[in-house]
Amino acid sequence: MARYQYQHFGYVPPPELSSRPAPSRYPVVIVGAGPIGLAMAIDLAVRGIGSVVLDDNDVVSVGSRAICWAKRTLEIFDRLGVGERIVAKGVTWKIGRVFHGDREIYKFDLLPEDGHKMPAFVNLQQYYVEQFLVERAREFPDLIDLRFKNRVSGVKHLKDLVTVSIETPDGPYQLTADYLLACDGAKSFVRTELGLEFAGKLFEERFLIADIELKADFPSERRFWFEPTFHAGQSALLHKQPDNIYRIDLQLGWNADPEVERQPESVRPRIERVLGRSDFELDWVSVYTFQCRRLERFVHDRVIFVGDSAHVISPFGARGGNGGIQDVDNLGWKLVAVLKGHAPEALLSSYDDERIRGADENIANSSRATNFMTPKSGMEKILRDEVLDLAGEMAFARKLVNSGRLSVPCSLGGLPLQTPSADAVLEPGSPCKDAPLRKDGEDVWLLNQLGEGFALLSFGSGPRIEVTDIAHVHVARPGEGELQDVTGHAFERYGDGMTYLIRPDQHVAAAFRIPDAAAICAARDRALARP
Amino acid sequence: MMIDLGSDRLGPSGDLFYAELLQAHEGLSPEDSARLNVRLVLLLANQIGDLDALRAALAKAKERFER
Ligand SMILES: Cc1cc2nc3c(=O)[nH]c(=O)nc-3n(C[C@H](O)[C@H](O)[C@H](O)COP(=O)(O)OP(=O)(O)OC[C@H]3O[C@@H](n4cnc5c(N)ncnc54)[C@H](O)[C@@H]3O)c2cc1C
Repeated sequence: MARYQYQHFGYVPPPELSSRPAPSRYPVVIVGAGPIGLAMAIDLAVRGIGSVVLDDNDVVSVGSRAICWAKRTLEIFDRLGVGERIVAKGVTWKIGRVFHGDREIYKFDLLPEDGHKMPAFVNLQQYYVEQFLVERAREFPDLIDLRFKNRVSGVKHLKDLVTVSIETPDGPYQLTADYLLACDGAKSFVRTELGLEFAGKLFEERFLIADIELKADFPSERRFWFEPTFHAGQSALLHKQPDNIYRIDLQLGWNADPEVERQPESVRPRIERVLGRSDFELDWVSVYTFQCRRLERFVHDRVIFVGDSAHVISPFGARGGNGGIQDVDNLGWKLVAVLKGHAPEALLSSYDDERIRGADENIANSSRATNFMTPKSGMEKILRDEVLDLAGEMAFARKLVNSGRLSVPCSLGGLPLQTPSADAVLEPGSPCKDAPLRKDGEDVWLLNQLGEGFALLSFGSGPRIEVTDIAHVHVARPGEGELQDVTGHAFERYGDGMTYLIRPDQHVAAAFRIPDAAAICAARDRALARP
Repeated sequence: MMIDLGSDRLGPSGDLFYAELLQAHEGLSPEDSARLNVRLVLLLANQIGDLDALRAALAKAKERFER
């Protein structure tokens, strides 16, 4: 089996340092071509806005960091045009098993219902995700200007423009942008340059993270052990990835020496004990200490932080990259509406409200899981042990066992852009639920029917209404309209007769039992923060 | 009537309760932690107020030491 072949994307002299014409000012400059910066550029491009993406490197993430991509992320990737490819290459799973010692104490199913295009989770190495995103970005040559080996070395921001200094193999140059999106990761240069505090906590624990190559037929499940006999007193996690790669996380304790622990002589025996066999190869090994931190605000005039630069999240629950992709989903349409003059700049402050809520939820969940795994005092250890002991028999204790609460999108309900509604079956602020539909005799999915703008989504026999400038998607009973709910999932999830105003990021903005054009326009204006 | 001790009644609050319980113990000596637990038991017993339920819980909790 060939290991992943890292391709160098290469450096091309930027127009500013060659004879090609260069604009004096760009609408959007993105710092960082990780998963977040790349997804950001594509989101803007599908909405017709161009960007320059600057990255200090010219290769995808070396070693695999993120592997678990959650359903909502896959839906967003699908909107960006890479979802199907990621699902096809990845390992789909939805079952998690939790063990105490060698005894299975419980099993969870992350998507017990059917009728969704995207699965609960797909495991795929971050390098593949980034490669697919780069290839997708290159399908927008007029809109996305990918500049590798362009390291940002200075940022000056004024009220309404940002100047960026950049180092390249051909020397330095500068760019001026209306907006700078800092997608430059956990150690964000831009964050440091702006002198912003990154408050939070470090967990005093070390984890060995290893990707190994092994020909085996382990099921596509997440397996987590507390105190297994093969790794006494600690915890262990096993995930399956494509290309015969398995991810193993082993808790090592705070006193472990990372330099020693990452040596193959230390790693191999540990993995042999996990697997009970030695016919594997080490693909990539790291020793991590995890943190949860976030910026107090993500929007600083014309500099906006997205992904790990805005918040780092310990990985139990797979909320880091998944949370970042939701940042992209939330920011893209808002920035486009502001740049096109459809919304006031105030709309961007809702990105702070909405994504800080998401980041806090992700930080709270992953902190609780990390705390459960790494008891810090005698009392914490006793409490954890007794929960685990009761868990075999008692349902309530099983629910307290925390090996990671896996990424789900947060609800934006109650925040200013959403219009409250007493009638909603799917509450304002919720991401839209998918459902299988039939269109001209073909099977299609509900989420794929929503376009790039606002949409009116109506169901069944209720009153129908047309509003200029808002696309209308009507889901009818079987045999009645162009788009039909042949399985009943859509009516069940949205309610027969209901009409919804859907935001461009596929979240419910408002819900109507009896829609009228004025109320719909008011809800749309509210969702655009229009005065 | 059978006393149902096992069913989950905390729902989504379970993780929050666990976190707050850890927080309550933070910084306490082992003896003070034990005292905190006893006070909690007494308060919760009174909250439950049903001797049969409390006896069932006592018996379940003690099983651990009788194995
Ligand atoms: C062990 C581990 C496991 C994880 N597992 C998961 C998981 O299963 N699921 C999940 O969702 N998340 C997971 N994560 C988190 C996930 O990897 C991150 O959230 C994700 O990489 C963040 O993407 P990003 O684009 O914001 O930052 P990065 O991926 O760090 O990308 C930042 C980019 O900016 C570039 N850059 C930095 N500085 C400059 C500069 N000055 N100029 C130009 N470019 C610059 C860098 O070269 C890089 O390409 C895991 C993380 C770890 C460590």
